Amino acid sequence: MSAPETAMRRVTAINNGTVIDHVPAGKALVVLKMLGLDGNMATPVSMVMNVPSQKIGGKDIIKVEDRELTQNELDRLALIAPQASVAIIRAYQVAEKRVINLGEEVVNVVHCTYANCATLGDREPLPHRMKVVSVDPLNLRCHYCARPQDIDELVANLL
Amino acid sequence: MGPQSNAHRSGSLKGRGGTAVSSLITMDDLSNDDILDVLDAAERLLPVAKGQTHLPLLQGKILGNLFFEPSTRTRMSFETAMKRLGGEVVNLGAVASSSVVKGETLYDTIRMVDGYADIIALRHPRQGAAQYAADAAEVPIANGGDGAGHHPTQTMLDLFTIKQAHGTLEGLRVVLAGDLRYGRTVHSLAHALVRFNCELVFASPSSLRMPTEIIADLEGHGATIIESDDLVNHIDDADVIYMTRIQKERFPDEDEYRKVAGSFTLSAANLDSAKEGMIVMHPLPRVDEITPDVDKTRHARYFEQAFNGVVTRMALLCRMLGIEVPSNIGGEA
Repeated sequence: MSAPETAMRRVTAINNGTVIDHVPAGKALVVLKMLGLDGNMATPVSMVMNVPSQKIGGKDIIKVEDRELTQNELDRLALIAPQASVAIIRAYQVAEKRVINLGEEVVNVVHCTYANCATLGDREPLPHRMKVVSVDPLNLRCHYCARPQDIDELVANLL
Repeated sequence: MGPQSNAHRSGSLKGRGGTAVSSLITMDDLSNDDILDVLDAAERLLPVAKGQTHLPLLQGKILGNLFFEPSTRTRMSFETAMKRLGGEVVNLGAVASSSVVKGETLYDTIRMVDGYADIIALRHPRQGAAQYAADAAEVPIANGGDGAGHHPTQTMLDLFTIKQAHGTLEGLRVVLAGDLRYGRTVHSLAHALVRFNCELVFASPSSLRMPTEIIADLEGHGATIIESDDLVNHIDDADVIYMTRIQKERFPDEDEYRKVAGSFTLSAANLDSAKEGMIVMHPLPRVDEITPDVDKTRHARYFEQAFNGVVTRMALLCRMLGIEVPSNIGGEA
């Protein structure tokens, strides 16, 4: 069994659900938070962290059972795991492969990192919007205050 | 979530009556041709701004003045501009006596005034507030300053003053001096001048230098920039010297402030060998950075600059409300 396969087999194959591979090492917990999978839930979630990866050096893997994550949910991942690969599993087989795509704007995923941004009033109702200036390197600017965003800081501002 | 459906409400909009209108949030909302068109319209409106000609182009229109921060020149010149053109003004008044203190969101305040006025002039302490308001409102928003962000109507009146003196905006050597770190006025102006191929000299104390990201941005647009902690040596080559106020509170103690502020003061004696047509500008209020003896020199333009806020905002209000400024107005300019 090759090294990647060993990594995948550290947790059992799932019958139905979503497998997120090539998450940067150590970021799996943030990914779970980002996808709203970090609280109490009926869905079983398995994780492997810090396994070797030829593609990105070290990686984490997440398997979410009995839930097919939507494209919209997955696109949030581009903030921290732009190279992640996502497979939808049905009856133990890869039924679909999904590509992560940040698009031109990230809406209502994170709030601006600038402490004096107009969006930071508690009850201001308009959506939080980040313009994607470039993907590699990832460069986002707040639609409102136009401040460039530090991505590590931004990920701490998940909504 | 209802308000999310308004997310598309930015950029060009259809105003009441089907006239094309648009908000002015940053100078990026105007092309170079747009800028020159507005400045030309402002020039034509001078007799109206001076009260020599009556031209009620904006009769029946209402400006909502929403100033969440203190302002003298911007608020008053918007109001004067509207009234000179026959329009009316409604004011938010003091924030302390408005519903803002009861916890009203900016969104709700804007939606309310959106129903009262045909155009809104907004100043707000938070950066991005003008874009936020533009996304919330049906009527156009004129950004009168948003936190450390933009102040495009100030930039337009600065450009008008420069063009009035030099007949062009192209290729001038402009010295921006004083507090370049915190001043939104100089940030917006620098961006605009670069679009007209001006050479920029940034003269400031080292602690108040132009932010590096702005310099990188300007250089990315091909700008020639000289940074200096000395003002006097750059006077003789300048076409424009744009002074700004250095605020005491930016320094750890009074002594440090006096030492630094003293080296960024212009007096008439400093201007002896300046170019004939060089102009000294200042967004006002000034404190000690331009001594009163400069007022009497041919170089002083800051009071004209303040007046130009009226005529430039008249032209901008017309443009944003989709009203054409006639090519022949008459009267003395």
